[in-house]
Amino acid sequence: MYWDKAKECMPRADLEQLQLERLQSTLYRVATHVPFYRKQFKELAIDPDGFRSLEELRKLPFTTKDDLRNNYPYGLFAVPLRDVVRLHASSGTTGMATVVGYTRNDLKNWSDMVARILTATGVDADDVVQIAFGYGLFTGGFGLHYGAERVGASVIPISSGNTKRQIQILQDFKTTTLVCTPSYALLLADTMNAMDININSLQLKYGLFGGEPWSEEMRREIKNKLGIIATDNYGLSEVMGPGVAGECSYCDGLHINEDHFIVEVINPETLAPVAPGELGELVFTTITKEAFPVIRYRTRDLARLMPEPCPCGRTFHRMTRVIGRTDDMLIIKGVNVYPMQIESILFDIEGTEPHYQIIVEREGRLDKVTVLVEVVESIFFDQMKKQRQLVEHIKKRLATELGIGVDVKLVEEKTLERFEGKAKRVIDKRKL
Amino acid sequence: MLKIKNLEAGYGKLRVLKRISMHVDTGEIVTIIGANGAGKTTLLYTIAGIIKASAGDIQLLGNPINQTKPEKIVAAGCSLVPEGRQVFSTLTVRQNLILGGYVQYKKNKVNTDAELQHIYDIFPVMQQRENQLAGTLSGGEQQMLAMGRALMAKPKLIMLDEPSTGLAPLIVKNIFEIIGKLRNAGNTVLLIEQNAKAALAIADRGYVLETGKFILQGPSEDLLVNRDVQRAYLGREVAV
Repeated sequence: MYWDKAKECMPRADLEQLQLERLQSTLYRVATHVPFYRKQFKELAIDPDGFRSLEELRKLPFTTKDDLRNNYPYGLFAVPLRDVVRLHASSGTTGMATVVGYTRNDLKNWSDMVARILTATGVDADDVVQIAFGYGLFTGGFGLHYGAERVGASVIPISSGNTKRQIQILQDFKTTTLVCTPSYALLLADTMNAMDININSLQLKYGLFGGEPWSEEMRREIKNKLGIIATDNYGLSEVMGPGVAGECSYCDGLHINEDHFIVEVINPETLAPVAPGELGELVFTTITKEAFPVIRYRTRDLARLMPEPCPCGRTFHRMTRVIGRTDDMLIIKGVNVYPMQIESILFDIEGTEPHYQIIVEREGRLDKVTVLVEVVESIFFDQMKKQRQLVEHIKKRLATELGIGVDVKLVEEKTLERFEGKAKRVIDKRKL
Repeated sequence: MLKIKNLEAGYGKLRVLKRISMHVDTGEIVTIIGANGAGKTTLLYTIAGIIKASAGDIQLLGNPINQTKPEKIVAAGCSLVPEGRQVFSTLTVRQNLILGGYVQYKKNKVNTDAELQHIYDIFPVMQQRENQLAGTLSGGEQQMLAMGRALMAKPKLIMLDEPSTGLAPLIVKNIFEIIGKLRNAGNTVLLIEQNAKAALAIADRGYVLETGKFILQGPSEDLLVNRDVQRAYLGREVAV
């Protein structure tokens, strides 16, 4: 099934023409409307009118998360704020957030991209879609929501959390399609199992999972436990949100919506393009976005491109699932967390030492984070009460700033390993 | 149908079109909107072969036509309806139309009566005015004649340069209805217009030309709600 067959199956030559046309207008627009890009083009003596082929895109510098942060909040917008109808922000606070904006057309295109992915999985107007992604500044909930409405499905905007209620609604509302992180799908499956709910009594047919890395084994487990077709989808708010790429029913690679994005894969060390089909960092250039275009945005996500044609008939190239990151960002319960965020919060709190360790585990189905913090010796001579207060205080600060709950343990001074050179602060014990 | 890549063209040293790329698919109405002097007519004239491109590619049905003479381009299936009609005012309506069919006549050596009848079916008023001198027609009728004359060559792509110029609103509406019908009959149309609202209302896609560059493009409904287009070309902020 296709949402927009004319586009999704267009001949590559036509697609390249379309990409070139859209790239040329995008470069013209960022060069005239966004001071950041205008300055870059000027410094590098690049003529924004001078692009004749897609390959010439490589002449332009990369855009990084830091560039986005330095232009917080609206510095990279290409339209005045009055044309922006929606704002989202990527996770991370303490001055590390990045804000993205959407015009009416951007929202329409975004909905269409998500509609393509839903349709490719099999979802149509007869389906009831339960969206258990968080709603809010995070693009996951709203992105899938508008796409599912575009398809004409009945949308349940339940948001994340409250597993018992999710299961109740899954049963009562006759949900056919589940949208959440893959680990949450497994948690739901296990909880239903524990509650003695017969999976076959549910109407569930499809699951669209994303927001965190997962494996083929996890897919098999989800399929077995829930009896559904489970597809992977990919996106990031800096580029658009969910819907940048998604699997078709062959479940072998994610089709990138190449009429809206130009994808490159680079070696994160040398920044040179990798050989076709080799592992590297994904780099995206948006070619239809009005409010927040990005040129050669480095995602830090590692994947491979699959240029060979797919039996489904779509001509958009596929990418493999994301298999890692080039930076230290952690994805915990679908939320992006940087160790730096935790560090800066700890530095803020009196009584703690600048030595800490972050331990990430998967307990059952859910990610669990424990932060070990060294504290000044004096506090251990004091009463237990004071220690408990400090733990609670740190927990609270971390929870509000990170958006996820974490465990905090205090340890005595000089008990954590010291590092010469690059510190290894994070111990990720999760096995995917 | 039509594919343009990195086209540059101008007059003498003046570079009017600056590396523009666009395409028209079979069966589409594509419109190019833009202010006076943006380069709209230059673009049509370059496609038609009247102005030579200084760089870039133009492909009609997969064949390059950059170096092709205007009459050969007509024969290859691309006809232009120029701005301001430019009918032969001292010839009759019928004679004007027959001249338009010259390419077909030359190719097949059969008379063009069937084609003429086809034009009369689309524009019944032309049949009524068959023997009238073209110069005595009203502006709207001259526009129809110019379109009929272009259609006589059985073009695969018909290019219209500002068909609404100098016409009363009611006539403009009528002309645009006919353009819509042409598409429905399987023709491919490239429409250049200052009347952005009317053009976007019938077109499938549009390109916005500004000082020789396409600054925006996309499905017509997207351009209609784009605030930049609204401010610059629709003259007001359309509530949506």
